[in-house]
Amino acid sequence: MNVSNVIKSRYIRRKFIKKSKVNRSRIGNLISFILINIFGLFIAMPIVYAIGNAFKPLDELWIFPPRLFPNNPTFRNFSDLLNLMQSSWVPISRYLFNTVFITVVGTVGHILLASLCAYALSKHEFYGRKFIFSLIILSLMYNSSVTGTSNYLIMVGLHWIDTYLSIIIPAFGSSFGLFLMKQFMDQIPDSYIDAARIDGAKEFKIFWSIVMPSVKPAWLTLIIFSVQGLWNLGSNIYIYKEQLKTFPYAISQIVSAGISRAGIGSAVAVIMMIVPLTIFILTQSNIIETMTNTGVKE
Amino acid sequence: MAENLLYGHTRKNNQNRIEKLSIISKALWRSKTSYIFITPYMLIFITFTVLPVLISIFFSFTDFNLLEIPKFIGVDNYKRLFLKDTIFPIAFKNTLIFSSIVGPLSYMACLLLAWVINDFKPVLRAFLTTLFYAPTLANIYFVWQLIFSSDSYGILNAYLMKIGILLEPIQWLTDKKYIVPVVLIIILWGSLGASFLIFIAGFQTVDRSLYEAGAVDGIKNRWQELWFITLPYMRPQLMLGAILSISTSFGIGSTITMLTGFPSTDYVAHTIMHMIDDYGGIRFEMGYACSIATILFVMMVSANKFIQFLLSKVGD
Repeated sequence: MNVSNVIKSRYIRRKFIKKSKVNRSRIGNLISFILINIFGLFIAMPIVYAIGNAFKPLDELWIFPPRLFPNNPTFRNFSDLLNLMQSSWVPISRYLFNTVFITVVGTVGHILLASLCAYALSKHEFYGRKFIFSLIILSLMYNSSVTGTSNYLIMVGLHWIDTYLSIIIPAFGSSFGLFLMKQFMDQIPDSYIDAARIDGAKEFKIFWSIVMPSVKPAWLTLIIFSVQGLWNLGSNIYIYKEQLKTFPYAISQIVSAGISRAGIGSAVAVIMMIVPLTIFILTQSNIIETMTNTGVKE
Repeated sequence: MAENLLYGHTRKNNQNRIEKLSIISKALWRSKTSYIFITPYMLIFITFTVLPVLISIFFSFTDFNLLEIPKFIGVDNYKRLFLKDTIFPIAFKNTLIFSSIVGPLSYMACLLLAWVINDFKPVLRAFLTTLFYAPTLANIYFVWQLIFSSDSYGILNAYLMKIGILLEPIQWLTDKKYIVPVVLIIILWGSLGASFLIFIAGFQTVDRSLYEAGAVDGIKNRWQELWFITLPYMRPQLMLGAILSISTSFGIGSTITMLTGFPSTDYVAHTIMHMIDDYGGIRFEMGYACSIATILFVMMVSANKFIQFLLSKVGD
């Protein structure tokens, strides 16, 4: 290749690079702007309406035509909720305790067990490793609610019906969490771990004080996926005792009790929304970071 | 002599086998820490995720009502399902409709929105990510019941009547004509789940210098850039997103029940999931419920295998 050709190709390249930065046309920008707005409104409307409802006085909830925002915002629904908490048969605080308990224990246990297993799957060589991982990928391909009937039979066999165990223990074994954790741990260089091994550290110590701190984004991700499932868990086929039922179940009962409770129902929903939403907002960048390392290769 | 040879040979074989076994057992023993590490999780995973599938397949060949000992009846459950059951064709059709509309549409929406959002400034991107993911985080489907409420206080009815399009309220969630489209809209609203986050991450992993190289190779617009550079590069994320979309879209059931009640008017929104709940949770025909579950399981896994085959062709 002669010199002039090289220069020419460089010139062409520079021209293209310059172009490649702005190669979205104005029409493209307009389309994406419209798209984001339509989708954004579609998704935001019901949420905004729920929040608006929570602050509406009773007479505004049922005016015709309905409004998105309250005219005279009030905290009445929230104070009514407090009153209702004290007067119901099973105290509402009990439902709230159940949900918090299930969410916290289920999430902590899931992270510990799944990380421990993910560490072995990712950094150890042992017989059956590949088979186990392909089993986990296969389990992502079906929705566990398909096997609801056999899960019920297993719970009956274990005598776990009407216990916290029936909710918490299966939550420990969620396969998506393990999958994310394993993929994330694959990114940790082996030399990092080998160095600790040479220093004489025991495997559990390596796991606990070297691997776990460096996969913080991954366990934050596991937290949000576990919390969003357990926190929103409503009525369940394994739980019949009223004292063991969850908060979302109680809300659905409150809302179905009639028109007069619609405001309170929205107030509860807004309170319920705060927890997973706050966790998500705080951990979002970590979640995205975790996801960059995931994926299924064929 | 011949005997000696024969026995000597088997003895040698036995010795070989023993040696092999001892090598394997030594290998297993050496990795005992690994097995201790995976045991707690795997025990739970196998009991509540793997075993149910096997149980389901086993009981699908029996007649079982929880009270009596299960009776082996061969393929009678499947015969009844395919030949006699009048609800199954409706449920089968609905499951295919829901999964073939919700699956691809939510997948495309996740991909498209993640692609558009990817170019925005970090703060705006974080805000939009939270907004689009909010329906998955917050359980507020009850709002849709208010929106599609059947009387004139329902928001949609009220506005349509105010404008003058409607003269009297429509029973959105009980009228046979409207149930399926209305339910589809609501399910799509809440379907930007984990795949959306996975795609956002996927777009961020793409090496920027590839775009420059692509520009040299004659890529003209962003569609070509997306198809020839970005998507092939994030194929692992595309695969995972597809797996999640398929397994959720085939499992749609409880959301529909929440909106339309159980069963929906004339079974118009009845899916295979509803049949499983019906026979397994209400009628206690466990064997029959298991055969339905097995069919749905096979449908989910084969749809996944098929889509994975298609996705391996992206950008070729």
